[in-house]
Amino acid sequence: MPESSLEDKDICSSSECRTPPLRQFSQSSLPLHRKSYMLSTFCTEQNVQECQSHINQEVSSLGLQPVWTESGSSSEMNVVAVLNCMYDLIQMHRRGLRSLENMEVEQLKSSGNVDYLQLTSTRLKEQLELSKRENTGLLERERQLQLKVKSLQNCLKNEKEEVQKLQNIIASRASQYNHEMKRKEREFNKLKERLNQLLIDKKEKKQAIDVLNNIGRADGKRSLWKTEKTEAKHEAEMYKALLSDYDTRQRELLLENAELNKVLQQMKKDMVSILSSKKPILKGDKYQDDGAQADSEDEEEVFDSSKESVELYCVHAREKLTNSIRLQWRRLKSHVERLDSQETHKEEMDRLKLEIQQCKDFIQTQQQLLQQQLSSPCDEETASLLSDCYMLQEKERLGDEWKTLEEQRTIFERERRNFTEAAIRLSHERKAFEEDRATWLKHQFLNLSPFPDSKKPPMSKSKSAFLISETKASATSAPEKLIRCPSGTNLPTPGCVPHTSSTADLYRTLCLIPENGATKPKRKSDHAEESGVFFNGKAPVRHKQWNDSEEHSSHTKEQNSSI
Amino acid sequence: MNFSEVFKQSNQLCKVSPDGKYLATCVQYRLVVRDMSTLQILQLYTCLDQISHMDWSSDSLFILCAMYKRGLVQVWSLEQPDWHCKIDEGSIGLLSSRWSPDGRHILNTTEFHLRITVWSLCTKAVSYIKYPKACQKGIDFSRDGCYMALAERRDCKDYVSVFVCDDWHLLRHFETETQDLGGLEWSPNGCVLAVWDSCLEYKVLLYSLDGRLLSTYSAYEWSLGVKTVTWSPSSQFLAIGSYDEKVRVLNHITWKKITQFEHPATINNTKAVVYKEVERRPAVGADDLSLHNITIGTTLFNTQSKYEICPPPVQIPVVKPDPDRANPKIGVSTLAFSSDSRYLATKNDNMASVVWVWDMQNMSLEAVLEQCSAVRCFQWDPRRPRLALCTGNSKLYLWSPAGCVSVEVPTEGGFQVQSLNWHCSGDSLILLGKEQLLKLTETQRTLEYTSGLPSHTHLAGNV
Repeated sequence: MPESSLEDKDICSSSECRTPPLRQFSQSSLPLHRKSYMLSTFCTEQNVQECQSHINQEVSSLGLQPVWTESGSSSEMNVVAVLNCMYDLIQMHRRGLRSLENMEVEQLKSSGNVDYLQLTSTRLKEQLELSKRENTGLLERERQLQLKVKSLQNCLKNEKEEVQKLQNIIASRASQYNHEMKRKEREFNKLKERLNQLLIDKKEKKQAIDVLNNIGRADGKRSLWKTEKTEAKHEAEMYKALLSDYDTRQRELLLENAELNKVLQQMKKDMVSILSSKKPILKGDKYQDDGAQADSEDEEEVFDSSKESVELYCVHAREKLTNSIRLQWRRLKSHVERLDSQETHKEEMDRLKLEIQQCKDFIQTQQQLLQQQLSSPCDEETASLLSDCYMLQEKERLGDEWKTLEEQRTIFERERRNFTEAAIRLSHERKAFEEDRATWLKHQFLNLSPFPDSKKPPMSKSKSAFLISETKASATSAPEKLIRCPSGTNLPTPGCVPHTSSTADLYRTLCLIPENGATKPKRKSDHAEESGVFFNGKAPVRHKQWNDSEEHSSHTKEQNSSI
Repeated sequence: MNFSEVFKQSNQLCKVSPDGKYLATCVQYRLVVRDMSTLQILQLYTCLDQISHMDWSSDSLFILCAMYKRGLVQVWSLEQPDWHCKIDEGSIGLLSSRWSPDGRHILNTTEFHLRITVWSLCTKAVSYIKYPKACQKGIDFSRDGCYMALAERRDCKDYVSVFVCDDWHLLRHFETETQDLGGLEWSPNGCVLAVWDSCLEYKVLLYSLDGRLLSTYSAYEWSLGVKTVTWSPSSQFLAIGSYDEKVRVLNHITWKKITQFEHPATINNTKAVVYKEVERRPAVGADDLSLHNITIGTTLFNTQSKYEICPPPVQIPVVKPDPDRANPKIGVSTLAFSSDSRYLATKNDNMASVVWVWDMQNMSLEAVLEQCSAVRCFQWDPRRPRLALCTGNSKLYLWSPAGCVSVEVPTEGGFQVQSLNWHCSGDSLILLGKEQLLKLTETQRTLEYTSGLPSHTHLAGNV
């Protein structure tokens, strides 16, 4: 106990030492409390027991194994457990310390962060302040500028007004100036007149010409008096000059015109030739055009006008020519545009259309040929050929049937032979049976008399009956074979009938042959009487025989089905 | 190329006679007539004062010398050297003097455009035409010399008078639909008169010889309009250069615009060839002086230049005009058709160093010649499609469909080409300096052309 307390103390002291001053404050309350608790010794002689239990409780509450096991009355300390516990506690304590350290580091970091953030926040605040100030400054400036703009706009308006005013002033001044000018000019003219008059009147320094001798005119003629005649001549000369000028100009124009006309004609011819060469190709879409009809009309007109080219200078012809040229030109233009826009496309379309048309034609001709062939007389042969085909098939089927028939016939033959054999055997057996019966009757007859122990002969008879059944079985095996063959054809062939009839015959023979004709019914009644007598004893045997045959037949039937 | 010796001249007064036989030059108050081929002096006339204007009569028999300050005109005869004629306009003053197409009348415009005095050398008769309009080009003779169109201003309205030059009979007189007529020009065939408004309004009117209005064309309103108008020699096209830096070409049948040539600052046209003149100072003592340089006789200290072909896009130097000054230096001011009407050369004033050559067959830009300095003058060869131009330096530049070439004028003391005149045969060229002139005659010598052909090889061509 004292050890643990000591340890505790140590831990506390160490932890106290380690805690940074900041933390000490917050943690001091607990260690202080503990210290006070520890100073009053925890364990004394008197309360060992309580201490133990307390420690145990504490330890268990920490999730460790109890230090003391209260086994029996004496509570002895388990050293190993105590040590383990102590070790665990130390470990826990270390872990705690480590985490504490980590936490401290974390806290340091975060405090650093906090500092940094505080710093940045203050800076940002400053910036915000600054920008706010700036913003207000800018707003102020904007306001000022707007004011300026307003004032400038006012200025502009004023200036415009000023300009208008000035323009008006200029105009008025110009008119005034013109007026003044005219006044001055008039005055100037008056002055000139006056000067002129004065100069003429002044005799001092007169204008004079001093020529040695007069020279002749350049043309050698004498000058003429001014008369009305000369005036008229001048007029005439002037008009002549004008006329000659107009003449030359007209000639030039005519020449130019003729040249241009020639060019136009050439152009028109070229255009017409181009368009006409293009026409057959374009025929398809030409009809789609709205102006297709108009075009054809134009063409006629064009050719007409080209005929009229002799009277080219006639106004009408010229108009026609220009009109036709214009039309041609328009068409050529549209044509060229069309070519430009969808040349390849159109060509492709046309070609494909042509191809399709050709293919259709081809198919049609083929169909026609086929129909012609069918309707022509040679179709009897084909019909016979066809019927022959059918006949052949029929024949084949017939042959097959024939074959099966042949087969059936051979089977019947064999069956009949078997029957005859069986009949022969039966007759043989009947004979033997008759003999037996006769002997048996004889015995019976003899036994009615005083020979009761004549039981042995029936024994032999039963034997013979058994024999009969055996032969019967062998006989039925033959029909069994018979039946098997027709079953191959799997048809309700008449082969079955002879078979059944043969069995009926067989039965009949079985019943009748002993009588051999007219004696038979007699015999039968006899037999019936006799059998009525011995029925109890012999009927099962016979029955068994029938059963056997039935079994056989069923057996064959089964075989048939299986086959 | 054969360069003549240098002769003196003054006021750029130097003209080849219409028949191409003589060359008349003025030196101060003297008129010198030389034989065109030999440049030998044939006649020497002395005028009363420094000559301010000189002109040949159409028959190459008379030469007119005007002294505007004195209000005097003197006429000299080539056939009769002692014949003389003096016209005194008196105190009324003289503004301009010109020959009538027949070569027997002289038309003098007096100061303030008071009137036009027509002097006859045949009869000494004098006649007056009142109310001539002071404008860009207020008077024009038809090419055949039959008619004269004169712009007039009466009662603040514009009129055109058509005179028969033969006897100064007023053939037609009609009011034009212009605010302020800027100029007029006959078509080369003499049947159509183009009349255009001043630059304040874009308006071109076309009148028939008999005074009928054929057509009116206006490209835009409000901004400054027409700057120059030129007929093609075939009378087929009328090219109108305007302040919007464009040339519009009208046709002679409908009088509608058939095309419009723009002069962009950046040339992206891949079909046009852009020739750029590149100047370089020759390395003194360099061994690689080409034969070309030596034969031309370039002084070592002169700058050399050659053309390079620039692949598009090409940025062209543009001078922005001062908006506060009148007559802004912008827009197409010079137009010239080649003699075969095949090409049109233009110059846009805010791209003063560039000449544009347009192909009138394809109606497209053919070539652009970007010079180092502003182009002073360009003129087509009267026989071939060949353009000569000068930029006030010592070089002559030639463009032809085959390519471009610059020719150094081999004179001592630096001959600065201010102006040039083709001889009517197209074989020779008169170059005018500030105070000098020289004749350039074509020989069979070959010059290196910078070719604009696709291979960009240098082709040899005759100049």
